[in-house]
Amino acid sequence: MTRAKPRIGVVVFPGSNDDRDAAWALSALGGDPVSVWHADEGLPAVDGVVLPGGFSYGDYLRPGSIARFSPAMEAVRAFAADGGLVLGICNGFQILCEAGLLPGVLRRNASLRFVCRDVEVVVERTDTPFTDRCRTGDHLRIPVKHGEGSWFATEELLAELQDRRQILLRYAHGDNPNGSVGEVAGVVNESGNVFGLMPHPEHAIDPLLGSCDGAVLLASFLDGAGRPACAAA
Amino acid sequence: MKQLPSSGPCVLQGPGENAGVVDVGDGQAVAFKVESHNHPSAVEPFQGAATGVGGILRDIVAMGARPVALLDGLRFGGPGWSFARAVAGVGHYGNSVGVPTVGGDTVFDAAYDSNCLVNAMCVGLLPADRVTRAGAGEAGNAVVLFGASTGRDGIGGASVLASQELGEAAADKRPSVQIGDPFTGKKLIEASLELVEQGFVESLQDLGAAGLASSLAEMARDGAGIDVELDRVPLREDDLEPWEIMISESQERMVAVVAPHRMGEVEAVCRTRELACARIGRVTDTGKLRCYHEGELAGEIPADLLTDAAPRYEVERRPRTRAHSAHRPRGPAHTQALLELLASPNVFSRRRVYEQYDHLVGSRTVRRPGIDAAVLRLRPSVRGLAVSLDGSGRKSALDPRTGGAQAVFEAARNVACAGGQPLAFTDCLNLGNPEKPEVAWELAETIAGMADACKALATPVVSGNVSLYNETDGIAIHPTPLVGCVGVVADVRTVPRTWREGDAVVLVGDPKLALDGSEYQALYGRVEGRLPALDFAAEAKLVDFLWQLSPVLSLAHDVSEGGLAVCCAEAALWSGVGAELDLPADTVALFGEGGGQAVASCAPEDVPKLRGVPVHLLGTVGGDTVCGVSLADLRQAWEGIDSVF
Repeated sequence: MTRAKPRIGVVVFPGSNDDRDAAWALSALGGDPVSVWHADEGLPAVDGVVLPGGFSYGDYLRPGSIARFSPAMEAVRAFAADGGLVLGICNGFQILCEAGLLPGVLRRNASLRFVCRDVEVVVERTDTPFTDRCRTGDHLRIPVKHGEGSWFATEELLAELQDRRQILLRYAHGDNPNGSVGEVAGVVNESGNVFGLMPHPEHAIDPLLGSCDGAVLLASFLDGAGRPACAAA
Repeated sequence: MKQLPSSGPCVLQGPGENAGVVDVGDGQAVAFKVESHNHPSAVEPFQGAATGVGGILRDIVAMGARPVALLDGLRFGGPGWSFARAVAGVGHYGNSVGVPTVGGDTVFDAAYDSNCLVNAMCVGLLPADRVTRAGAGEAGNAVVLFGASTGRDGIGGASVLASQELGEAAADKRPSVQIGDPFTGKKLIEASLELVEQGFVESLQDLGAAGLASSLAEMARDGAGIDVELDRVPLREDDLEPWEIMISESQERMVAVVAPHRMGEVEAVCRTRELACARIGRVTDTGKLRCYHEGELAGEIPADLLTDAAPRYEVERRPRTRAHSAHRPRGPAHTQALLELLASPNVFSRRRVYEQYDHLVGSRTVRRPGIDAAVLRLRPSVRGLAVSLDGSGRKSALDPRTGGAQAVFEAARNVACAGGQPLAFTDCLNLGNPEKPEVAWELAETIAGMADACKALATPVVSGNVSLYNETDGIAIHPTPLVGCVGVVADVRTVPRTWREGDAVVLVGDPKLALDGSEYQALYGRVEGRLPALDFAAEAKLVDFLWQLSPVLSLAHDVSEGGLAVCCAEAALWSGVGAELDLPADTVALFGEGGGQAVASCAPEDVPKLRGVPVHLLGTVGGDTVCGVSLADLRQAWEGIDSVF
C-alpha cells in the first residue's frame, strides 16, 4: 500500500542551509515535508527523515561532528533502528558518518577547495528504496557543492562494502570532484535503510534549474517512505 | 552623490538606509546594495573578504529582506596568493550562511598591486509592504543588542584601515581586521528574519564600521535619542573601556528597536537560535545619544552631529593629465591574438572562481554564473531577477567620466542580455585619496558620467558606498566605479540560453570603437589614449532592445573585454558549438572596445524582428570552429589547467 503523501521530517540544525530546498523538492515530488528542529527530543510521526545540506554548527571542529550530538539525532538513530528510511545529503551524509550510522569518513577535497558544479554519477544498484526508480548503470547529472566531500575508507572496509553492495552511487570516470576513494558518491548502511550522498538531488528536480536527474532519487525515497512495510526488507 | 538620480516609480527606499529597495511587482520587493571592504582585504585578504560579505548580508537583513544572492567585484594586481585567499574568504562566508554567490567580476591590473578591491553586493527579497527601516521610533522603546558578544577585535577598523592610505606598516594592522564567524552570522540572519516576519521588532540596524557608536547614531534621528547602558552589553572580556564598547567592530551583531511588551518574544527567538540578547538601552525624545557606564554618564552627543550635521569639506579639483602618443599596439595575427587574449588574466574563464562558491542554494538559480548576468527565479511564479556587477578601472583612468558611464551601461546591458529589464542600480566608488585635487576631480567626473548614463536609461541608483584612500605610498588605484544592476525577467523560461545549430548570429549596436583602453592595448602596447565618445541615446536603445527582444533570442552576449572576437569565442564556448561567421578583418573592429555592442542569435526566420537598433548579420551557428579556430583550442586557451589560476 502506498500512502498518498509520505510525511518526511527534515531535520534543521543551526547552520543548515538546504533544508528549505529539500522541503521544496520533496513537496514538489508529492511528499509532505515537516521541519524538525534539532533540539527536539523526538520525531513527529513521519515516514522518512532527511538530514539536509549546509554547515551545521559552522562545520566547526569537523563537519557533522557536533550536530551528531543533537537531541534529534537520538530520535533519528532510533527511527533508523526500527527500519525507517533516512537520507543524508552532503552535510547530512557527513553527520551520518560522524554518528556511525554510515561507514567511512568525509575528508577535505583533494583540491583543498570548495567545489560547486554538476557532476555525473553512476547508479550501481537499484534494488534499494533510494534508487528503485533508476536502472543500473544510469548516469545522473546532479550538482555537488562541498569543501569536505572526499569519502574515505580503508581498502579492507571498501572491499567489504563492495561485497555487500553498499556503494549505491559512484562518480562517473573522470568526474570525481573531491578525490573520494573508489569514486564513491553515496553509501547505504548494511540493512539498506540509511543512505548518504554528497551530490544534491534536491537541486536537480527542475529542468529550469539545470537538471531533473535528482528527482528519480528523491521519488524513489518517497516511494519507499510511503511503503513502510517494505522499507526494512 | 546628489547628482545621481535616485527616484522612480518602483523605488520604495532610496539611498540613506542600509540598502535601497525597489518594487518588482506581485507584492514583492528587492533590497540590494554593494559595499567595499578594500582596506581590510589588502591587509588580510581571507578575513577581509569574508567579513565584507558578512557586512553586506546584515545590511540587507536590516531591511527585513531574506538575502537570495551575493556578487563580488574583485580587483587585484594579479592572480596570486592574495587573490586566491580573497576568493576563499568570499566562499567561506557565503557558502556557510547558505546564500548563493551568483556573479560579479574580477579584474587584474598592476594598479591594484598594493590596494586590492573587494566589493560585495547582496540582493534580498521581502514583501513590498514590509520594508524595515532603521529609525528608533517612539520614546520608551527598548534598544536590544543581539548576536555575538562584543570584544576588542576590530577596534578602530574604520579609522585605522578604511580612512588612511596604506604604507609599509600594513602588516602591523592585521590585528585590526575583524574575524568573521559565518555560523553566528547564519544564526543572526535567521533570528533577524524571524523577528521581522513575526512583527516582534520596530526596526533593525546592523553593526558595521565604528560599531554601536555609528549604528545608534543612525537610529537616533528625527528628534529621537537613545540612552545606552554599556554595562549591559555582553562582553567577550570584561575589562573593556566604555569607548571600546562603543566602537568595537566585533562581527555578527545587530541592534533592534523593540516595543517593551515584545521583549519576551524577542528573547525567546534569540534563545532558540542560541544567540546572546541584551536590552542595552531605550529610545528617548532628547535627540541625544547618551552612554552610561556604571551608573555614570560616560558620553553625550547630539545624534545628528554624527550623521546629517557632519562637517562637510570642499576640496580642490584638478584634471589629471596623461601623456598621449600615437603609438599603436602591434599584436600577432588575429587568430593568435584571439588565443592570447582568451588566455590573458582578464579574459580567462572565471570558472575556477565561481566553482568555489555555492551558486545553487535557494533553488532559484535559473542561469548560473559564467556569462553576463545570473538569473534567479522568483518562485513560485515564472518571473525572475537578473543581477550583475560590473566596473571599469583602466578605462576610467584614461577618462573617468566615460568610464563611469560605461560601467553603468555595461551593468544594464549584462542584465538585459539575460532578459532582464533594468530596474535600479547600486554603486561602489573606489578611488584614491580625495584630498588630492586629481583624485577629487576623478571622483567628480566619475559621478557625472554615471549620472548621465542613469538619466539616459531613466534608471535610478538606490544605494551606494564610497571607498576612498585606496593608495599606498602615494600611488592611487585607478578610479574604479563598480555598478550593480537588478532587473526583472518577465518569464525565466524565455531567458536566452545558448546558440543552437542553424541560428543566425548578428552583431547588435554600432558604436565608436578604439584600441585605447582595451584589453588588446594592455596586452600588446601601453595603456594610453582617449576613449571614444559614447552615444548615450544609442546605448540606452541597445539595452531596451536586448531585454525586449530576449524572448526571441537564443543567446545574447555583451561585447566587453577583448572586443568582438573574444565575445564570439566566449559565446561559442558557453554554447559548446561553433559558428560560420564573416567577421571584419580590421583590428579595431575585432578587438576594439568602447560603446555597447552585443552578439545575439535567433532562429533565421526571426531576424526581421530585430529592429530599432543597428543589426549586422555575422553568420550561422554550426560546426566546431569559430573565428577560424577549433573550439578545443579556444577552450584550452580559455580554461586550460596551466594558464592563469
